[in-house]
Amino acid sequence: MTIVLRALLTLLLWAAAIGGASAQSSLRIGLAEDPDVLDPTLARTYVGRIVFASMCDKLFDIDQKMNIVPQLALSHETSQDGKTVTIKLRPGVKFHDGEDFNADAAKYSLERHLTMKGSFRKPEIAAIESIEVVDPLTLRLHLKQPYAPLLAQLTDRSGMMVAPKAAEAAGDKFGLHPVCAGPYKFVERVQQDRIVVEKFADYWNKDKIHIDRITYLPIVDSTVRLANLRSGGLDLIERVLATDIKTVRQDKRLALSKAVSLGYLGLTTNIANGPKADNPLAKDPRVRRALELSIDREALNQVVFNGEFVPGNQWVSPQNPYYQEKFPIPKRDVAKAKALLKEAGVTTPLSLDFMVPNGVELRQVAEVLQSMTAEAGFDLKIRLTEFATSLKQAEEGNFQLYLIGWSGRTDPDGNSYSFQVCNQPLNNGKYCDKEVDAAHQEARAGASQAARKAAYEKVAAKVLNGGGPIIYLYHPQVLVAHTDKLDGYVQMPDGLVRVVGLTLKQ
Amino acid sequence: MLAFLTRRLLQIVPTIVLVSMLIFGLQQLLPGDPALIMAGEERDPAVLAQIRAQYRLNDPVPVRYLFWAKGVLAGDLGESMRLKSSVASLVEEKLPVTLQLGAMALLFALGIGIPAGIVSAVKKETAWDYAANVFALWGLSTPNFWLGILLIFLFSVTLGWLPASGYVPLGEDWRQSLGTTIMPAFVLGNALAAVLMRHTRGAMLQALGADYVRTARAKGLQEGRVVLKHALRNAMTPVITLGALEFGTLLSGAVLTEQVFTIPGFGKLIVDSVFNRDYAVVQGVVLVTSTIYITLNLLADIAYMLVNPRLRG
Repeated sequence: MTIVLRALLTLLLWAAAIGGASAQSSLRIGLAEDPDVLDPTLARTYVGRIVFASMCDKLFDIDQKMNIVPQLALSHETSQDGKTVTIKLRPGVKFHDGEDFNADAAKYSLERHLTMKGSFRKPEIAAIESIEVVDPLTLRLHLKQPYAPLLAQLTDRSGMMVAPKAAEAAGDKFGLHPVCAGPYKFVERVQQDRIVVEKFADYWNKDKIHIDRITYLPIVDSTVRLANLRSGGLDLIERVLATDIKTVRQDKRLALSKAVSLGYLGLTTNIANGPKADNPLAKDPRVRRALELSIDREALNQVVFNGEFVPGNQWVSPQNPYYQEKFPIPKRDVAKAKALLKEAGVTTPLSLDFMVPNGVELRQVAEVLQSMTAEAGFDLKIRLTEFATSLKQAEEGNFQLYLIGWSGRTDPDGNSYSFQVCNQPLNNGKYCDKEVDAAHQEARAGASQAARKAAYEKVAAKVLNGGGPIIYLYHPQVLVAHTDKLDGYVQMPDGLVRVVGLTLKQ
Repeated sequence: MLAFLTRRLLQIVPTIVLVSMLIFGLQQLLPGDPALIMAGEERDPAVLAQIRAQYRLNDPVPVRYLFWAKGVLAGDLGESMRLKSSVASLVEEKLPVTLQLGAMALLFALGIGIPAGIVSAVKKETAWDYAANVFALWGLSTPNFWLGILLIFLFSVTLGWLPASGYVPLGEDWRQSLGTTIMPAFVLGNALAAVLMRHTRGAMLQALGADYVRTARAKGLQEGRVVLKHALRNAMTPVITLGALEFGTLLSGAVLTEQVFTIPGFGKLIVDSVFNRDYAVVQGVVLVTSTIYITLNLLADIAYMLVNPRLRG
């Protein structure tokens, strides 16, 4: 027995020597999931966008205040009728394989997004009818109809430019070895283990790139991800749990960066999707109003997220320029909620099938909601459902209330249109109102921010305060923790990890 | 002997076919729609329709099975819907990882379980015996997930001795490779060590009470020699067979351990693929795993035959 113990101890000490020996030569980023295919046209996951942020530059980007700023484009101009967008491109840009970036290459990339089999980008930029190369550094997009969210789409994967020759040669296998025009070029990928990229010597903005190599490591468990950061195995991790903020703050070697996310969490009501919609909540806006009034958003935020998230009642956060100040977050009012239920002739408790995707945080949110709404006369029957299953059941109308979030888009259209307009794919409750549809079309065509905001006010008047299919609850914080050796990190509301300007002290 | 071998080999084929049909069928019972997951957040109807057509999701299950089986017979395990890479290449990449982890876990289990079992039998009803039994009980009742997190906090966060997760292939840097796999292998081998300890203890107690041991002692042999040469040799046959069979179970136990330590092996591949309803990958991995399991069973049977000539009839 002593021999065994001694052997084990020796083995452990020896292994310890190996563990401590790893040198910090590059930036190691812990991702919450393994990205899907690394082809901007075929990719669909949020986590994939984090990796693209270092490899594939886009025509435009967003800044901290969500203004659209140039990246591979220098400027843009929309015609009076809103149907033509002229884009000036940045000169002297090269792709990772040495090919020049110009209007022909940009046309190729956009057409690839529009026509490639299985493209996930097509619906995002479907408004483009044709693309014209005006001169080597000028591109003109002709639209089918005015479409204000287009530029915002070009700040994401739809605006990512791929090297035409490499893309043509690789076809749908391009994602196995992507070639773009970003600050880092692809080196290797081991599925579920790591993605490695290294500094691109000919990058147009190379003076701001200070780290030689970045390794992305998918680590699904948030506790393990944080443990890796604390033990020095990682330099930066995304999606820190709100409940772990305290741990991060207590560790002097760590720093926390945050930004209010573009997304939200809400309660979707089944308004007209199959037999389950046959209940007072679906039929009477007063009942939905009562449900909303029974919820204390700030208390929910305190209990589940230590007050770190941002309570909200709209599809954009109170910090967003499109937030409707005329419709502030309602205060909890149980007496009024009870009165509304009585007025609507509801016999309490009103029992509701409440579908909740399985997960620690969402389950806690559901339980808090259950207890709050019970005081007003609701009986939420929580049904924990595996996420993929819940998507299918939501589509089939197998729910009365569904606790589901949205990761958010830069343009408000991306947070509202597909959920509130008749027969749209994400309108699970089958809500339908012609006036809301018209106001959304008006917002899409609006030339100025003021005009669009006015159109969204009409939407808000209809869908907020119980009128619509979703009771918006809060906006998460994008939480990123990193070592204090990392300088220059700025968190953007879209949650992506931007690597330009970062330095790592040894 | 030859007839037995032929018979057993012939049994393997229908078994694998049956297993593959069963898994294919069961997989279809999984709620949720792979196209919905594949289509991403926005779920455009045209994209959904295109995915369903491309991966034959509208075809009846038997048709899809036959299509898949035809591919397998031609050596093609299909393509991952999510990653766009071939299932065969994924298997080729992940299998060695899990085999290494499994082999190390087995070494841990044998290295801890058998000596502990011997000591506990020889020192029956002493502090050694009680300690070994407590260890066995602890090993059997500790969830892998919890133990894994605990070890990470102790050895990675607090002491900073071992990397908390990740994997380095043996061929790349064997020392770092052992550094990344030592904790997960221990966690994985822990329960098996407990099982082996209990079995060794039982078998040794039986052997130590046998007539030939008494004879050996009566002849004046040293106690160490009696225990190791006479009793242990006889007690080991069932224990080693058990160890070989449990190797298959270790591979399936790797699912949780690989998830905790982020080891990119079979376990992690199958978990991710199930959550993403990446049917081709699940099917391919299960086919390979069941083939390994069935082969191990066959090898165990052959080993028994070799050890016990009475079974050869």
